[in-house]
Amino acid sequence: MFNIKFKAVSKHIFLIIFGIIMIYPILWLFLSSFKENSEIFSATSFLPKAWRLENYVNGWNSVPGFTFGTFFVNSLILVFLIVIGSIISTTMAAYPFARLNFPFKKLLFAILMGTLMLPGQILLIPRYLLFTKLEWINSIKPMTVPAFLGQVSGAFFIYLMIQFMRGIPKELDEASIMDGCGHIRIFWNVMLPNCKPAIFTVGIFAFIWSWDNFLDQLLYLNDVRKYTVALALRMFMDNAAQINWGSLFAMSFLSVLPCLLIFAFAQKYFVEGIATTGLK
Amino acid sequence: MTSTSLNKKMKLSGRTFREYATAYLFIAPWLIGLLAFTLWPFLHSFYLSFMKADIVNVQFAGLQNFKEMFFEDDRFIKSMGVTIKFVLLSVPLKLAFALFVAVLLEKGIRGMSVYRTAYYLPSLIGGSVAAAVMWRKMFGLDGLLNSFLALFGIEGKEWLGHPDHALNLLVLLVVWQFGSSMVIFIAGLKNVPNELYEASMIDGAGKVRTFFHVTLPMLSPIILFNLILQTIGSFQVFTQGYIITQGGPMDETNFAVLYIYELAFRFMRLGYASAMSWVLLFVIALVSGILFFTSRFWVFYENK
Repeated sequence: MFNIKFKAVSKHIFLIIFGIIMIYPILWLFLSSFKENSEIFSATSFLPKAWRLENYVNGWNSVPGFTFGTFFVNSLILVFLIVIGSIISTTMAAYPFARLNFPFKKLLFAILMGTLMLPGQILLIPRYLLFTKLEWINSIKPMTVPAFLGQVSGAFFIYLMIQFMRGIPKELDEASIMDGCGHIRIFWNVMLPNCKPAIFTVGIFAFIWSWDNFLDQLLYLNDVRKYTVALALRMFMDNAAQINWGSLFAMSFLSVLPCLLIFAFAQKYFVEGIATTGLK
Repeated sequence: MTSTSLNKKMKLSGRTFREYATAYLFIAPWLIGLLAFTLWPFLHSFYLSFMKADIVNVQFAGLQNFKEMFFEDDRFIKSMGVTIKFVLLSVPLKLAFALFVAVLLEKGIRGMSVYRTAYYLPSLIGGSVAAAVMWRKMFGLDGLLNSFLALFGIEGKEWLGHPDHALNLLVLLVVWQFGSSMVIFIAGLKNVPNELYEASMIDGAGKVRTFFHVTLPMLSPIILFNLILQTIGSFQVFTQGYIITQGGPMDETNFAVLYIYELAFRFMRLGYASAMSWVLLFVIALVSGILFFTSRFWVFYENK
């Protein structure tokens, strides 16, 4: 009895200590964003002496001629469009795979699963050439248009939606067919309302991934006016690195805040989404 | 009689036709996107790998690109070497941590959601520029690690600028993000029937034996799936190397995609870079294929 209790307690102690080590870097980033330079790298002070907001003000205005407000708006517009585009295109594409019969269904499904595994790096150069020809460089189109056509992590999302739709009882469709509904009505009245959790999951992951998609943003956005938070942060780091780490940390923390907030409010969908498909 | 059955047949085919039409209407956006932004670029990339090309000019080069890569370009060999080293270190470590913690967080443990959140958070932000900033300042010359070592009178160094440590620190950054795999394993563990554990207990098996004879086999399909996805992802590591170490020191973190990016978008050698991305694709396919092939010796499927 004592032995069992001892084992359980020691397990919890291990989990707590290890957990603290895991989140220590994030905590350090957050606390440092209030500190002066000299304070940040002294190992002895964990909490800031004073909760100064100075770093946030300085960081916000660190890029001459702009504020981080511009970059946040740019990022949010980009990500919002990708989220909307991904939700529309992938729910639509999933429906026939889950419920309808059509020629070449097996072949197209095989291609879908193939693109799920296809390493994106192979498309980097030809896509860049294509977007150059379309004169889309230095705009968000190379990232948003493919999202509306189900090509931004599309295979993952479609697969997730198909799995989810297959779990919806067929009796619901059949009842609607009895009522004389067509496939479009069934999609709209039966599928969509029942797929809400999966739609949330797609939206959340589309948000997090495109917020963090540094490579595409780096390739396609050249004008500082169009920079996203990630690009601005990189520029800030390269330019002002030696001067003020506190404000760099402040902006770094702000840059991950949207993802943290979404996680805090939608944890359930995260866990379900990851678990059902093995996403990232 | 015949006319009604013919009618019925025509009606049916009308309905079938409508189903086909609806289906294609629904998949149309994806299908157009697939052709324009995935299949066409895929083929174009293959074509380019036999060309000498920049943005404007394209010239046939035969196998020249591949010859240069394997016989004249030491940086390519090094780049593939460090990429493979990175994959071999980061993927098994990440999955081992994920599995270990997932098993500790067994069903019904107190504080499950708090633990899960704490362990998952690094996965949420680990790939961001912010995490790169953090890593640079933790392991830089005036960084957190060095000021901590100074407390014990140990002199620090520029860890990220040191050829022996840079790659390992990037591996650490990736392993730190084991939380997402852990969540998948936790979900998988939930599906292992309790009877199996009970039977194993009745047989007098200890925790370690139960793990190796019950948990591991039951979880092996999920482990395989994770192993393959993580391998494919790891081979394409970019952001961390680009921001934290810029491929250095001495090309020790010049990962394949980093080198491809440099060749294509700094030196405008699009043909050569395309050829390299095909070699990388081939390596990824080969490794995934080996994992698939060996899986029949270690993956356990219940219904067999």
